[in-house]
Amino acid sequence: MAMVQPRSTKYRVLASHLGMLAFIAIVLFPLLMVISISFRSGNFASGSLLPENPSLEHWYLALGLPYTGEDGITTQPPFPVLLWLWNSIKVAVVSSVLILALSTTSAYAFARMRFAGKGAVLKSMLIFQMFPPVLSLVALYALFDQIGNHVSWLGLNTHGAVIVASLGGMALHIWTIKGYFDSIDRSLEEAAIVDGATTWQAFRYILLPLSVPILVVVFILAFIMTIMEYPMASVLLVDTDKLTLAVGAQQYLYEQNYLWGDFAAAAVLSGLPITIIFLYCQKWIVGGLTAGGVKG
Amino acid sequence: MITETLSSPGIESRYFMFRAFLKWGALATLVGMSLYLILALYAQREFVFAMLFLVLTASAVMVFFNRKLYAHRYIFPAIAGMGLFVIFPLMYTIGIGFTNYSASNLLSFGQVQENLLSRTYQSEAVRYDYELFKTNAGYIVHLKGKHQNLTSAPMELEAGETTAPVLPLSGQPRGEALGIRDIIQLRELLAQVTLITEDGRELSRASLRSFAAIHPQFSQHDNGSLTDNQSGTTYFPDHETGFYRSADGETLSPGWTVNIGWDNYLKVVSDPTIRGPFFQIFVWTLSFAVATVIFTLALGLLLANLLQWDQIRGKGFYRTMLILPYAVPAFISILVFKGLFNQNFGEINLVLEGLFGLRPDWFSDPALARTMILTVNTWLGYPYMMLLCMGLLQAIPRDLYEASAMDGAGPISNLFNITLPLIIKPLMPLLIASFAFNFNNFVLIALLTGGAPDIIGASTPAGTTDLLVSYTYRIAFQDSGQNFGLAAAIATAIFLVVGALSLVNLKLSKIKV
Repeated sequence: MAMVQPRSTKYRVLASHLGMLAFIAIVLFPLLMVISISFRSGNFASGSLLPENPSLEHWYLALGLPYTGEDGITTQPPFPVLLWLWNSIKVAVVSSVLILALSTTSAYAFARMRFAGKGAVLKSMLIFQMFPPVLSLVALYALFDQIGNHVSWLGLNTHGAVIVASLGGMALHIWTIKGYFDSIDRSLEEAAIVDGATTWQAFRYILLPLSVPILVVVFILAFIMTIMEYPMASVLLVDTDKLTLAVGAQQYLYEQNYLWGDFAAAAVLSGLPITIIFLYCQKWIVGGLTAGGVKG
Repeated sequence: MITETLSSPGIESRYFMFRAFLKWGALATLVGMSLYLILALYAQREFVFAMLFLVLTASAVMVFFNRKLYAHRYIFPAIAGMGLFVIFPLMYTIGIGFTNYSASNLLSFGQVQENLLSRTYQSEAVRYDYELFKTNAGYIVHLKGKHQNLTSAPMELEAGETTAPVLPLSGQPRGEALGIRDIIQLRELLAQVTLITEDGRELSRASLRSFAAIHPQFSQHDNGSLTDNQSGTTYFPDHETGFYRSADGETLSPGWTVNIGWDNYLKVVSDPTIRGPFFQIFVWTLSFAVATVIFTLALGLLLANLLQWDQIRGKGFYRTMLILPYAVPAFISILVFKGLFNQNFGEINLVLEGLFGLRPDWFSDPALARTMILTVNTWLGYPYMMLLCMGLLQAIPRDLYEASAMDGAGPISNLFNITLPLIIKPLMPLLIASFAFNFNNFVLIALLTGGAPDIIGASTPAGTTDLLVSYTYRIAFQDSGQNFGLAAAIATAIFLVVGALSLVNLKLSKIKV
């Protein structure tokens, strides 16, 4: 509490509250609107924020169930949203596990071992991390085209390709985990090694159990990043039933086939879990984003 | 298997034997698989890719067999992943920038030769009308020539038989002659039939009622030129442009990929239908990235200051509400805005019409489209800046503000004399990273406007809201010409910008490793 307070403080506090509430209202408007739209009937309906006669039409379709309206016409779901969500989760879980495993072992070497070229590798990883994969899509496309000629589950239009391609973005996670390892006292491991443990055992049985929190954070970060990945998946995946949610969702809003209401339900259905996970983990995620990536 | 053949060692050493067996087995399988891949790629004359996997496998073997490189075993998978999916594509893209790789020049020279030499045409001179007979053993094609008639062996057309020898025959063949109706029904199967004469010539169906001899379209000469057997024109391989070219300038497609040096870069500078859009897009990309950083920083700093103020209650609530835009997946919120901004059905226009009687067309007016993009991106980006600023503000000693309050300073002078000077240094690398991210903010443009409205008079797809990244994406993947070479050249230019930014960033953030 500051000791000196100007007189106008009371009004300024009030103004700040009002200002922030107004701002939050504007910020939340699109999100509330989408929830409201998902309960309106039809794809072109307009109305107030609270729908006058709510309908579950779009929710049926989003959940993959055919919907029969009051006029007796049955509508089939336009897109396999749940399948896309499942594809997204499948790809994200597998690649997050791989990313976590590989970046943990690398981070261990970077934090604890001495070897030639360590500094140069760490620095160049940071530099290359800034090149967005969307710029080398032509090359990635050609690469997976070639691999796919010989290893079919890694070719174009496979989830294997998307999973493997996501391994390129590990540098950020390696830095995050390395930052955490650096903060753990190494005397425990040294004691274990004096007692005859191998380097691998010291890592596996001493350091890893101590680092569970950061591993959880990195897993969630990697998971969210893979779920949201758009450019690579949009080039690598072709068939409708192979698409991930990020690629598929835009098909609702084509000029010729504008399914605004169906999109709203699908968006809420698939966006809500991710949003809740993010909010729940925000403290750690923000710490990881700012500390690991940049401060080093 | 191996553990059983050992002469009863202890459980532990059995376990280690098993581990070792597993490890070397897995490694051997991996090496074997990659050797197969390398050989297959080499056989297909994909030397770049064969080389890539050779280097990768060789370094894997080196790292895992050399005890001195023990530490490198831990980092190898991650480094290999980055090498394969970040560094190699980067260099390959730079390489493509110097070629004419595009939809019309997609193949290698060898593949083009193979493709052209396998083409055939049907002779006008050697042509037979035919009748189709049905027998118990299958269908018989009876060809009626000027000098002699030829009859095929019976073929089971429905079972997929497509070739049969034909022999001279003077009389009528056995079986029941089929009418035109049946021939029409069988036309797809008949189109695949090849008949082979005694002297080895091949005949195929030329029209509904006739068969004709097949000749190879091109014959190759020792100097590499091809002669079209039908027209008699000779085509020479032109390795400057990647096409077979005749004396009067006619070219054959497909062409092959050749190195064209700096042509793609020169095109960007000299061709007015590319130069104009390119510079327009470049300027917009820069202003978009700068404006985004300024807007999100201003908003984020303001909100962070408010949340940091100890007179404000309910901080947890405000904080959660304010970071919501960051928590919702971007691909969903961008599409939500696309719908809300829709000119006819969008809720934003409904509100504007109700309040002011306006109905702006957000997607076809360049200025409005850009306003919309900046609005949406500020909405998406301010929470990140707010979170960063909140962290940095906490590090500022409170007594500085108390001292300034005693001197009667207001919030504005506090901001410019205390807050900004203290946080700008640690914030700078983050701002540069944010600039670089938005400079390449492909997802926003691709999902919101797709670059629309288009720039008039551009020879490649180019829009007034396109960023350089989405511009290259459209040249490579959405244009019918799929000019990968040009796209890669522009991508290389962006690489230089990004590389410079990240070097500056590395210097500024003084990272110790």
